[in-house]
Amino acid sequence: MAPGPVLSCEGLRRRFGGIVAVDGVGFVIQAGETYGLLGPNGAGKTTTISMIAGLLQPDAGRIVVSGEPVSTRAVAVRRLIGYVPQDLAIYPDLSARENLVFFGRLYGMPAARARERASEVLELTGLADRAGDLVKTYSGGMKRRLNIGLGLLHRPRLLILDEPTVGVDPQSRNAILESVESLAGEGIAVLYTTHYMEEAERLCDRVGIIDHGALIAEGTRDELVSMVGGRDRVRLLAPGDLGAWAAALAGREWVHEASVTGQGVDLMVTGARGHLAEILAAAAQAGVTVRSVEVTEPDLEAVFLHLTGRALRD
Amino acid sequence: MRAALLICAKDLRSRLRDRSALLVGIVVPFGLAFIFSLILGGVTGRSQAIRLGVVDLDHGPVAARFTGQVLPAVARSGVVTVRREPTAAAGRRLTASGALGAVIVIPRGFSARVRSGGPASLTVIGDAASPISGQVALAIAGGFAAELNRVRLSVAAALRDLGPAPPPAAAVRRLAARAAAAASPVTAQDVSAASRQLDTKSFLAAGMAVFFLFFTVQFGVTSLLEERGDGTLARLLAAPVSRASVLGGKLATSFLLGVLSMAVLEVATSVLLGASWGDPLGVAVLTVAAVLAATGIMALVATLAKNAEQAGNWQAVVAVVLGLLGGTFFPVSEAPGVLASLTFAAPQAWFLRGLGDLRGAGLPAVWVPALAMLGFAAVTGAVALARLRRVAEV
Ligand SMILES: Nc1ncnc2c1ncn2[C@@H]1O[C@H](COP(=O)(O)OP(=O)(O)OP(=O)(O)O)[C@@H](O)[C@H]1O
Ligand SMILES: [Mg+2]
Repeated sequence: MAPGPVLSCEGLRRRFGGIVAVDGVGFVIQAGETYGLLGPNGAGKTTTISMIAGLLQPDAGRIVVSGEPVSTRAVAVRRLIGYVPQDLAIYPDLSARENLVFFGRLYGMPAARARERASEVLELTGLADRAGDLVKTYSGGMKRRLNIGLGLLHRPRLLILDEPTVGVDPQSRNAILESVESLAGEGIAVLYTTHYMEEAERLCDRVGIIDHGALIAEGTRDELVSMVGGRDRVRLLAPGDLGAWAAALAGREWVHEASVTGQGVDLMVTGARGHLAEILAAAAQAGVTVRSVEVTEPDLEAVFLHLTGRALRD
Repeated sequence: MRAALLICAKDLRSRLRDRSALLVGIVVPFGLAFIFSLILGGVTGRSQAIRLGVVDLDHGPVAARFTGQVLPAVARSGVVTVRREPTAAAGRRLTASGALGAVIVIPRGFSARVRSGGPASLTVIGDAASPISGQVALAIAGGFAAELNRVRLSVAAALRDLGPAPPPAAAVRRLAARAAAAASPVTAQDVSAASRQLDTKSFLAAGMAVFFLFFTVQFGVTSLLEERGDGTLARLLAAPVSRASVLGGKLATSFLLGVLSMAVLEVATSVLLGASWGDPLGVAVLTVAAVLAATGIMALVATLAKNAEQAGNWQAVVAVVLGLLGGTFFPVSEAPGVLASLTFAAPQAWFLRGLGDLRGAGLPAVWVPALAMLGFAAVTGAVALARLRRVAEV
């Protein structure tokens, strides 16, 4: 494995007429790492990705994949990159196998190798039993899986997936997420854009949050979450006199806030999961019977809200 | 190059699969040529049945030349049939009844009057019910009379050169015979001019083929716009393939579809409709030139459009206008003045003209039409390529 990052880009900028779609984006992805680009509609995710895939020339900035510079004119470096466009990009009048063999050959594989690799990808995407059918007869989820399979076909070092789960049923979605997880396990660097924060949380080792064409924060999930203070909200429902219990909890060092509400107690704590037993023990000591516990941990959604004052999705 | 061929092979495969290219490229033009040749073949059949009668009351040598050489030659062209009638009255009766279209009567003493230089005329008996037959008969008779007059003029000129003394009859006869013999090359030239035109079936086959060629080639170039709309262009461009290869693949698809459909039509209409296209080498040269011209023009139109649908609409308009202008449905070259010279703006006209010239004057005659079509291809193709580079941006 080549030393150094698989992808490094810096200072990427691109405007369309008056709109600055991407404004100074830069990040690095290591082999085996999954990097998430999380941002709302129109944030500049697809534009960034198009530049990295060599489809769109940046107005400024530099992109290097495994040491080779990427541009719209650099042809050879594209062998290292797998690209799964946001919109389906498959030929409906060809079968899945024909789609795969065609692109395999376009990526320079000899015919026999392309056929072999097509079969492997068909297995991987669960399309083997429909491989000979024309793609236009496939369900939406099947088309999505083929769309992704085409990106994997030539075993790229960097796989770019642009919102691959949009409009996919939960079952196919799960299959897609699982296959992305296994790719990272094989040492492929994955660049994954989404505006679903659950996907970013589940898949990505690191996440860049992009808004209005700029990266506004970057880090592991935990690093990002700690930016908003990393406090969990614990909502406890219980009848009776709660004053003593609340006062006892408020004294603990990990409790930042304890307030008695109409039906129970609300806490703001650090590390709610680790302290749940202690909270309930305190309730027992104070003679309170807890009817329900609800823990809300901060997530990337909260991070985005914190950073921009807006929700990730409208 | 390899990538361009792969893209071309992929496109050809899906085109042949979805059948629309097959329909536009082969089935429809063949079907129309077939139907038109049935309809017009009926007309031609009637005009072939322009049945002329000839009544020879003269029985002289000039009359013999007319009935023995001129009329059989005209009949051989397939336009008319000729049959002898004994008397003018019989001819008139048959014309009135419609059994004959018209009758040419060679009056008694015709040969003698021609040879003595006196006024001589042929009579045409026609019928208002079949004016075309009458016109044809008049044209044949008039043509013969003109030839006789020319012979007479050259005899007269030769006699004048001999001097003022009245010529011996034998000398006149010799001179006339020589002049008449010398006239035959002129006659031969006339015949070849007539055959510069394609016969009806061949014209229909070639016209339909080249008309639809301009639709068939669209399946290559326009698919670039389709792929851009479908998102697959992004995937092609993300592959280790140059933009030029993608464009090359698309143009090659157009070219191959065009050549394929033309070749199939050329064979099918020859075998099944009895069309005769001419010398295969000349036809091949003209076909390749026409396909290139069609590809260039349609590629250019495609680059002006925003999307595949718009391109399809504009291309259809251009293909129809050029097709009509180029005389693929009816010969515009016989139209008056401006329109006739406008036909040179249509490669279709050059193609049909090339086939006619090929028939009349042989292989060397195809170069001018072929070069004209290649000129169209070069100019439109160059502009299209320059613009297509921009289309191939995602
Ligand atoms: N080809 C283009 N021409 C003009 N403007 C464009 C073009 N492509 C993108 N933009 C603009 O650039 C901005 C960023 O678009 P981009 O597609 O990169 O967003 P995105 O983050 O991928 O959004 P989404 O989540 O909706 O896919 C948007 O304002 C968009 O309108
Ligand atoms: Mg996008």
